[in-house]
Amino acid sequence: MLVGLANTFKVAILGIAAATLIGAGIGLLSLSPNALSRNLAATYVEFIRNVPLLVQLFFWYALITEGLPPPREALSPLPGVFLTNRGLFFPSFSGVPELHGFNFTGGAALSPEFAALLIGLSLYTAAFIAEIVRAGVMAVRRDQWHAAQALGLERRHVLRYVVAPQALRVIVPPLTSQYLNLTKNSSLAVAIGYPDLVSIANTTINQTGQAIEGIAIIMAVYLAISLAISALMNWANARLR
Amino acid sequence: MNRLVTILLALVLAFLAWKFIDWAFVRAVWQPDAAACRAASGACWGFIVEKHRLIAFGTYPYEEHWRPALSSVLLVALWLLSAWRRFWKPRLIAVWATGLTVLGVLMWGGVLGLPYVENERWGGLILTLLLTTFGLAFAFPLSILLALGRRSELPLLRALCVAYIELIRGVPLISVLFMASVMLPLFLPAGVSVDKLLRAQVALILFAAAYLAEVVRGGLQAIPKHQYEAADALGLGYFQKTLLVVLPQALRIAVPPLVNTCIGFFKDTSLVLIIGLFDLLSTIKVSLNDPAWTGFGVEAYLFAAVVYFVFCFAMSRYSRSLEANSGSG
Repeated sequence: MLVGLANTFKVAILGIAAATLIGAGIGLLSLSPNALSRNLAATYVEFIRNVPLLVQLFFWYALITEGLPPPREALSPLPGVFLTNRGLFFPSFSGVPELHGFNFTGGAALSPEFAALLIGLSLYTAAFIAEIVRAGVMAVRRDQWHAAQALGLERRHVLRYVVAPQALRVIVPPLTSQYLNLTKNSSLAVAIGYPDLVSIANTTINQTGQAIEGIAIIMAVYLAISLAISALMNWANARLR
Repeated sequence: MNRLVTILLALVLAFLAWKFIDWAFVRAVWQPDAAACRAASGACWGFIVEKHRLIAFGTYPYEEHWRPALSSVLLVALWLLSAWRRFWKPRLIAVWATGLTVLGVLMWGGVLGLPYVENERWGGLILTLLLTTFGLAFAFPLSILLALGRRSELPLLRALCVAYIELIRGVPLISVLFMASVMLPLFLPAGVSVDKLLRAQVALILFAAAYLAEVVRGGLQAIPKHQYEAADALGLGYFQKTLLVVLPQALRIAVPPLVNTCIGFFKDTSLVLIIGLFDLLSTIKVSLNDPAWTGFGVEAYLFAAVVYFVFCFAMSRYSRSLEANSGSG
């Protein structure tokens, strides 16, 4: 159970970080003066939001396990990085991945399940975050932009010092609910075989027959995580005001 | 600068698009021939062609496939009809009642010479549509009650509604589905069994109601206070005030976000796969288990994505148009 909880946390934290970065990037892309990049961002958001997350997870899992080559013919886009249908391998402090027998050892590895879950969750949530960022920046009044420009600030300085502080106040509350959604959605891991909390609890239920206890644990843990994230973000929100 | 970005982006996009078209169309195999698929380096759409009956209808008896097909068309037609503002009249309820009766007869059979088909064998697109339709139909009234309860002046009722809404919104849908499929049978007296489809449907209704309730509450909060006061001044009781003054206005305001919640719910029905029901996504996954056709997951899930996208995109366009017209509504 603790392993499952740790796995849930691992994917949730990495997912939140990745989704925020990608989402903010796409949100800013959708506000850029360039028409092509605006359309690109809008298309991304429209596609991702209108397809169930579960379908996307299955798609990424299939792409990794079927689309990538076996370890012996691994794709290596950068030296030391190997993409295979047995997982993704990166160099880390403990060493560089090397081919031993049927698989790579050493370095840091992402299992196909974890990689699919992380990619799927981050890209999915990023689309929602992008919309929130866009709405937040649009909510900053036009005259704030004009005033900043009149002061002779560059575009990126306007964004950094004038628009961002005001936009963040609008962005943070809905962002919180997206973080909560990502954490809850990580429970879909059970469908592609990543051993998260729900998956492990489910195995426990099957083996012991203690259904009520198992479900109660799942619900209690998610409620606790939800409340903790809400509290954290409320604190961040209060600091911003 | 702007032009340079455009040119660079256009080049990258053109390259990616060319790669994709090459894979998905130029080098693709369209005949249902597994050997040809394995030899080709492009996409294998033959898989979808071969398995389309299984994907669309699940394990429904093969000779009777026209029944779920007709039912799906009927259900989609009913949805389209309801989307049309001109038909928003009490008569619509009668139309739905008739439509659903016909649908029940078609799907179950057992009368008019149609062989009986138990609902364990229903599957594919019609199951996804049915779960969505009935889920929303029952969750919506429940959500109105919950939203009213949350704003009620009775402390116990309010606390109960808040607790319910926050509890459901705080846990993942999967855990609610597991609860329904594993725990519900434990609470029922021995010998009474509720089938899997109904249990999943109940879980979906309970889940959707909590989310819809928050949307309805948003609508209720948007009504100016003087509307309540005017109703009070007219001497209307609570039920008259709610039914005749508050709800009609609140629901009108809440329609666009309600449609958005419906889109989310439609996507969420794909989760019933995890408790072993054969909805659209599930039948696609099952058809990948055929040993002759393993390894075409990318094509299969792209197909699933396209089907879901068509439905959701239509709904989201509709929601946008409602938003645009809401002033004149």
